[in-house]
Amino acid sequence: MSELSASKIQNNPKYHKLVAQRDSLAWTLSAIVCVMYFGFILMIAFAPDFLTQPLSTGSVVPVGMPLGVGVILVSCILTAIYVRRANHTFDPLTDEIIQESLK
Amino acid sequence: MRTWKNACLATLATASSLLTQLAIAADVAAPAAVVPAALPAAPAEPPINWHAIVMFIIFVAITLGITYWAAKRTKTATDFYAAGRGITGLQNGMAIAGDYMSAASFLGIAALVYMNGFYGLIFSVGWLVGWPIILFLIAERLRNLGKYTYADVASFRLQQGPVRTMAAIGSLIVVIWYLIGQAVGAGQLLHTLVPQISYRESIVIVGTLIIVYVTFGGMKATTWVQIIKAGLLLGGATLIAIGVMAHEGFSFEKLFTDAVAIHPKHLDIMKSVVPIGAKANPIESISLGLTLMFGTAGLPHILMRFFTVTDAKAARKSVLYGTCFIGYFYILTFIIGFGAIVLVANNPEYVTDVTKNILALKGGGSMPAVYLSHAIGGDLFLGFIAAVAFATILAVVSGLTLAGASALSHDIYANVIMKGKSTEAQEVWVSKLCVIGLGILAVLLGIAFEKQNVAYIVALTFSIAACANFPILVLSVFWRGLTTRGAVLGGYTGIFGSIGLLIIGPTVWTKVLGNGPAIFPYDFPTFVVLPAVLIVAYVASVTDNSESAKKERAAFDAQKVRSETGLGAEAAASH
Repeated sequence: MSELSASKIQNNPKYHKLVAQRDSLAWTLSAIVCVMYFGFILMIAFAPDFLTQPLSTGSVVPVGMPLGVGVILVSCILTAIYVRRANHTFDPLTDEIIQESLK
Repeated sequence: MRTWKNACLATLATASSLLTQLAIAADVAAPAAVVPAALPAAPAEPPINWHAIVMFIIFVAITLGITYWAAKRTKTATDFYAAGRGITGLQNGMAIAGDYMSAASFLGIAALVYMNGFYGLIFSVGWLVGWPIILFLIAERLRNLGKYTYADVASFRLQQGPVRTMAAIGSLIVVIWYLIGQAVGAGQLLHTLVPQISYRESIVIVGTLIIVYVTFGGMKATTWVQIIKAGLLLGGATLIAIGVMAHEGFSFEKLFTDAVAIHPKHLDIMKSVVPIGAKANPIESISLGLTLMFGTAGLPHILMRFFTVTDAKAARKSVLYGTCFIGYFYILTFIIGFGAIVLVANNPEYVTDVTKNILALKGGGSMPAVYLSHAIGGDLFLGFIAAVAFATILAVVSGLTLAGASALSHDIYANVIMKGKSTEAQEVWVSKLCVIGLGILAVLLGIAFEKQNVAYIVALTFSIAACANFPILVLSVFWRGLTTRGAVLGGYTGIFGSIGLLIIGPTVWTKVLGNGPAIFPYDFPTFVVLPAVLIVAYVASVTDNSESAKKERAAFDAQKVRSETGLGAEAAASH
């Protein structure tokens, strides 16, 4: 990478837009995963009775089971959201930034 | 060169098949299995498990074929370490899932659920949630900045020598202990399934095969072995789960009700959020949660996979595929664990003595999933699942060995000792020697640890990954202020803090060493060590006013441009 291209990129407002957009998406999604997961973990630590109560009267299935499976499924969905957004928004923007830096 | 390679390959292939035959022929007295829950092996000489043996041999033949194919296409260092950066997103997603779905997570989670019910789900969830974090924060930046190892990224703008040494030590400790766990697991599994092959012979077979795969086929062979195995494992686990659900009339309610009725702890398996019999401990639960999540994001053999793909876009897609495969697989293992309570527990064919303990299985604590396959599909299906479990160990051990060899050859030899002045050919040569060395070491340690209690391995490897590898990697990519001093002191705090607290913790201090009550009362030290690492790295960096620290901070902008845009990233090989 030439020094020139790097400094051109740093002066390109599109680069700052890319970084800001991607950072805000990445950290927001990371925060959602952490809140969800550590919410589950904190319930295990401090409110196990809530997690282990039966889903309905007469059922043996504890509330925590669908919640745990839910954490797995939502994690998969959030990764899909990130990939979609990155493919459709971030990649074209990155291409533009690189093209402009090589001019 | 090529004829020499072919000759060697042929010799090694013959040798390993001879070894297998010898092992089958040998009438080996079955020593008692090793897992803590183990009980004496079956008294009568068991029949030879031909289904399993034939399927092992087919798998080995196919993987040796792949190795031969890969060896012909492995010419440069990039081919050897990073499969020529030609792996697609879907292929890498399968390979990542394959690396992660080790025998420990397949047999291990199923066994945890079999013994403890609901508690096993915590591991499934914790081992999955690291993946979104890897995607959002690490995967693309790793691909854009690195070459062969995660130390390339951690040391990108820092001093090569000290940072790489620290990162390589962290990688090697994780790799070697992970290898011990896999080798011991391989020995026990193969010996239980085919009692005619002894524990030691099992480990020697594994060691020989992985040395062949990795030295000749490099990352290409390792990746394709992993992809095939991931496909087999996903298929096999799906069939077992379908078998369980068919037996239960496709009703989860019936599955869980039946399990509660059969399990000796009955409704406790749905009520306990700690291992059954253990005291609830909120801090331990939180620390376990932290370790599982961030440990995943710091495993060197997983991080290495992001250098094999064509570009950042493929890296990103591979995490999506990988996460979906792993999530699906963990839901299956959960069904398999409960299915084993219904179909395997209390069955005199699998249980050592049903009058004493209806859960204790012949061959030890990791067998529920394997016996379940027999309960569902008889000898043929058991043979298939046994071969898949063996393939899993082979594939994971290959990946680990390559990760360890990369740390030794690329980080320590080429960049620390030779200071970047070695040629590519020398580096690959050293790397192959390291593969052979690590393969032999894994065999020796696997034999040495046969009778040892290795229950602390998950805590050890994941703690170091979570407390040293992961935070230093994230800080170096995201925090301008990180200096060499901060990275090195922080990293060593993570490595030695984890090891120290594990030694004085309950698993090692009390259970392994038998020293009485533990000085540090928690199994997972991450909740203490991870904050300590962040504080040490922060304080050591901000108080660093040296000239080199100023340069390191100034270099952050150029690093950021490359990590965000991929400009200047290592290109995919053209062939």
